[in-house]
Amino acid sequence: MTTSSSADNPPEVSPVERRARRALEVLGAPFTVILNYFGERAIMLGQALAALFRPPFRLRLFLDQMEFVGVGSLPIISLVGFFSGAVSAQQAITALRIFNQERFVGATVGISLAQELAPVFTGLMITARAGSGMATELGSMRITEQIDALSTFAVDPIQYLVTPRVIATTLIMPIMGMVFNLVGLLGAYLFSIYFEHIDLGQFSEQFTYWTDPKDYIIGATKALVFGLTLSVAACYQGFNVRGGAKEVGLATTRAVVAGSVSILVSDYFLIDAFHILWPYKP
Amino acid sequence: MNQPPAPTSDPPASAGAGPGPEGGNPLAQRDERWQIRVRGLHKTFGPQHVLRGIDLDIERGRTNIIIGGSGQGKSVLMKHLMGLLKPDAGQIWVDGVDVVPFNASDMGKLRRKFGMVFQYAALFDSMNVVENIAFPLIERYKLSRAEIMERVRDLLKRLDLANVDGIEKKIPPELSGGQRKRVGLARALIDRPEILLYDEPTTGLDPVATKNVDEMIRQTADDFGVTSVVISHDMASTFRIGDRISMLHQGKIVVTGTPQEVLASRHPALREFVETSGLVAPENGGAEA
Repeated sequence: MTTSSSADNPPEVSPVERRARRALEVLGAPFTVILNYFGERAIMLGQALAALFRPPFRLRLFLDQMEFVGVGSLPIISLVGFFSGAVSAQQAITALRIFNQERFVGATVGISLAQELAPVFTGLMITARAGSGMATELGSMRITEQIDALSTFAVDPIQYLVTPRVIATTLIMPIMGMVFNLVGLLGAYLFSIYFEHIDLGQFSEQFTYWTDPKDYIIGATKALVFGLTLSVAACYQGFNVRGGAKEVGLATTRAVVAGSVSILVSDYFLIDAFHILWPYKP
Repeated sequence: MNQPPAPTSDPPASAGAGPGPEGGNPLAQRDERWQIRVRGLHKTFGPQHVLRGIDLDIERGRTNIIIGGSGQGKSVLMKHLMGLLKPDAGQIWVDGVDVVPFNASDMGKLRRKFGMVFQYAALFDSMNVVENIAFPLIERYKLSRAEIMERVRDLLKRLDLANVDGIEKKIPPELSGGQRKRVGLARALIDRPEILLYDEPTTGLDPVATKNVDEMIRQTADDFGVTSVVISHDMASTFRIGDRISMLHQGKIVVTGTPQEVLASRHPALREFVETSGLVAPENGGAEA
């Protein structure tokens, strides 16, 4: 058997090599941070999705979360939806009046609600209400050792806590987006007909002529993706809290910021993707 | 059968995982006296080397206390015993099986041997008392509601909780500190574990409640015949209920033995701990050494 002298005495690193390594570390640091950021969340999402196909199947927890995220958010979604629709109509009429084309208000509001306003505003509202709630609840459970307690009973905390929240939020988001759409259209309709005296027939005719199922498919797909990103952001922040009440508060803030930013950023890329999928044909 | 090592005021010699005198590992067999045997356990969190080679024996059916100051790694050690943390190095033998290499599924089965009572009970806020206590049964078995309720009510009675008005429907915030501890204990006991771990059970309790919790631990050990492992820095409690005491200091077990042996130890960290607790008078009359 031979012994390697290099094993006993590691080779000397030249100053140039040391400096090169240091430079690489410094230059690579932002990439490491970004990869780490997305990697950790992707791992949690992977674990949550894998747990979905492994018994026990926790239907009750899933339904509880559907109720919390969906039913619990109905009032705020309806309120925001109604006024968003009314404001959109007001702005559209102001702009269209320049060209004497107010009759198109039903079409413009219908398309913008379906494709943009409904999924984005619903996502932001769900982030503010349910995302913050998830981060706070999981964070409190972490600092009071309730998550450790789950592990002591051989219950997978990801499967018990994260999977129902992620799946429920992802599935309920398109439904909530549709509610936003309906209430928003109602707001736009009431404002246009009763305040701006737009002709009812023109409003509905332009709406039905210009909007089609594609707009709603785009909106629903966006809502689905937003539900996934906001719930993963919220669960990740809450689940990984270390410390006390202050850290729970900070985690909640980070969850809302990360959820909102992820919605707006992914919205941009989704629009691009849909434009490739369904090119605009005037 | 191996001769169990005699109690000693010195830490147990590191046995490692190497072969014993007869060619087999003496730790790799069920020992009638020692239920858990820890050897050379190391754990580091970032730059912090918390556990620095723990050697510890937990005696079957007795109340084993691990004492030590704050930040010495007592809770980290306990989480290793339960498999909630993986060590960087070392072995944890439970009934002659090294559980460190266990995967999640094996660890899940192993945890059925354990019950854990958390420092602040760690009751699930979203559940009432009955749901909290029944949780391990609901998760692990397919029992009828009647069977579950029978076991829950039996425990409520044995832990003096049955006479509390409306206890079954109460949620954790409606319980006093002592009641929370008892409900936490009931939840840990419901699946009849062999080993009960208590993480600083008397922290935050007044002297009367502390005495009651001590009695509860003692009574539980006697009634249920479980092996108890208690993490504590309450010296009065330790000497009231402990059959075997080990001191964790700077990441190592520095003293271990019966209460009498521990009291007689000359280890400076232990002397300081015992003397400042007021259990014994300082040897130099309280003057700085």
